[in-house]
Amino acid sequence: MSDSIVKLNGGEILVRFLHDEGVECIFGYPGGAVLHIYDAIYKQDKVKHILVRHEQGATHAADGYARATGKPGVVLVTSGPGATNAVTGIATAHLDSIPMVVITGQVATQFIGSDAFQEVDSVGITRPCVKHNFLVKRVEDIAVTLKKAFYVATTGRPGPVVVDIPKDITAPNVKVDYKYPETINIRSYNPVVKGHPKQIKQAVDIILSARQPMIYTGGGVVLSGAADEVTELARYLGYPITNTLMGLGAYPATDPLFVGMLGMHGTFEANMAMHQSDVLIAIGVRFDDRVTGDIEKFCPDAKIIHVDIDPSSISKNVRVDVPIVGDVKRVVRDINALLKEKSTKPDKEALAQWWGRIKGWQKENCLQYDRQCELIKPQYVIEKLYEVTKGDAFVTSDVGQHQMFAAQFYKFDKPRRWINSGGLGTMGFGLPAAVGVQLAYPDAPVACITGEASIQMCIQELSTCLQYSLPIKVVNLNNRYMGMVRQWQEFIYESRYSHSYMDALPDFVKLAEAYGHVGLKITDPKDVDDALNEAFGKYSDRLVFLDFETDQSENVYPMIKTGQGHHEMYLASERGRGLA
Amino acid sequence: MRHIISILLENEAGALSRVAGLFSARGYNIESLSVAPTEDPTLSRMTMVTRGSEEIIEQITKQLNKLVDVVKLLDLTEGDHIEREMMMVKTRVTGEGREEIKRLTDIFRGRIIDVTETTYTIELTGSADKLDAFIMAIKAPILETVRSGAAGISRGEKSLHV
Repeated sequence: MSDSIVKLNGGEILVRFLHDEGVECIFGYPGGAVLHIYDAIYKQDKVKHILVRHEQGATHAADGYARATGKPGVVLVTSGPGATNAVTGIATAHLDSIPMVVITGQVATQFIGSDAFQEVDSVGITRPCVKHNFLVKRVEDIAVTLKKAFYVATTGRPGPVVVDIPKDITAPNVKVDYKYPETINIRSYNPVVKGHPKQIKQAVDIILSARQPMIYTGGGVVLSGAADEVTELARYLGYPITNTLMGLGAYPATDPLFVGMLGMHGTFEANMAMHQSDVLIAIGVRFDDRVTGDIEKFCPDAKIIHVDIDPSSISKNVRVDVPIVGDVKRVVRDINALLKEKSTKPDKEALAQWWGRIKGWQKENCLQYDRQCELIKPQYVIEKLYEVTKGDAFVTSDVGQHQMFAAQFYKFDKPRRWINSGGLGTMGFGLPAAVGVQLAYPDAPVACITGEASIQMCIQELSTCLQYSLPIKVVNLNNRYMGMVRQWQEFIYESRYSHSYMDALPDFVKLAEAYGHVGLKITDPKDVDDALNEAFGKYSDRLVFLDFETDQSENVYPMIKTGQGHHEMYLASERGRGLA
Repeated sequence: MRHIISILLENEAGALSRVAGLFSARGYNIESLSVAPTEDPTLSRMTMVTRGSEEIIEQITKQLNKLVDVVKLLDLTEGDHIEREMMMVKTRVTGEGREEIKRLTDIFRGRIIDVTETTYTIELTGSADKLDAFIMAIKAPILETVRSGAAGISRGEKSLHV
């Protein structure tokens, strides 16, 4: 159907284009500037529209949908406050390189610049937090601009693209020819996907010469769909592998080569191995400050190979020896092929010694916590969640201690299962993201791990969950504190808990019930298992809000304080000794 | 170190602000910036003078290249190049001073382009250093200075085009 030319108005073109582009559902909220588009949505049944309760929720839901499926998330919001409310979600997607197309309504062309009702310069406001943005000025340009938007959002290093459409451009009486643009060419935008053969050859030689190697992979592996290639690489070499917060699941966490997450709250063994490595194979990562700790102390003896599709990620924070610009999947495939051609193999003896040292660090058992405690330990809840869901749930999270506990204790074996705001660190992300995930996979178990502070930032989306019957399980680790803020205040501000206490909390059980869901309050460690089983069993088709009253004093360990290196972790076993 | 970067930019609304916004957002320094359309109406040519360590300049060129509106980019400082800047200076000159300014303008190969009983407006083209030197040499009071910012082009066969 799409190759025939038909006469349509702007609103119809937009909706028709989305269908032709393969978009199944969009997340949005109506308002004045997008009413023509909403009328076009009303008159069709091919593109499903999910009505959220706040535009921030729409962007996070589309983001969660994109992270879980790999398809671009699509958002439709109105001008002015609709657009500004979406900004946090757009920035969240931008920092984590998530493909998203956000369509914002704009006041009619003749009113632009006149401070009209619900007018903001959406293109200007979003410019620093998008991959690219467009203002459409003619009905004839809607389809081709949207095509460009999807192309830019989903290729190269993915990211959000905003398309701002003035109201008159979608008016019902202005009809033009529509034909789905099958292809698009942007002369100024040509991402490099194939790695340079000379660089790959050099990388392979260095990889094979390693005596204390480390593979460090991140979100780029997930985005590129390169989990299989990276797994093949690690297993062929037998080298230890660590994942960043964004990269969890790209390598099976239950595999013996996996040494856990690295960075500020990474494992002792991952961070020590990073520090002592002589060859670092960095794939789809960006050497974020939460990962590297103090740059001056980062991997002092390592030759660094860095594979990334974004040239500007390379040698931005850390100078690397062998940069390879290209799509991670393709480059790692080329590396694997070349490795197998080589007669040289990794030095078995050196590798055995290296693993011996790593096993020594693993004995530190850095993720230990008090299992005899009479209070519910947050780590225990995550461990039980892992057991009850058999390690196969989609897990979204908010931001804070609970996010770190989830990353440490839920062992993700598959990519796209762990969905969190790593770069921007957006509290309020978890619940709406779970909305997007559950809509993409209606029959899959979806858990939102959150805290009593984060959940209140987008709690209105409980209403969306009811409207679309989304059986999300909200795992609220309720310690009556902004846990991570409290932890920093304990460590760095001599326990002056300035405004980190969550006073006057709502009764979450009643709140969940008021929204038409099931609420459970759990205060005894003995009841954790049963509550989770009940949520995923008896109430499998309902949203269940599990309010776990957890130990207020628990901290996330290990921890690398700002300005410290990977070898300068603070461990749970050292608590009470104070920080240097 | 001072670098002069030439950019071919899509001649579209907002393209300039993407470049300017990038510099302010990432804390890079812009010494001067000049931009105008080219013989191809779809393209603008921008010349940007910036300062920074090699690492920063590398990041600047990478970040600029990442902008979707940037079609092509060349760091002119990497090769032989010619750099010109145009300046107009309005000075207050009366009596004997008028002859001296005229002589100075000739020495710098400038032109006096506007004359009143009390003022001269001088046009001067050259490198930024030459323009600076002229300003230093003028004894008469300066009423106004306007500079175009540098424009640059590489020498020889090398050219920046699509």
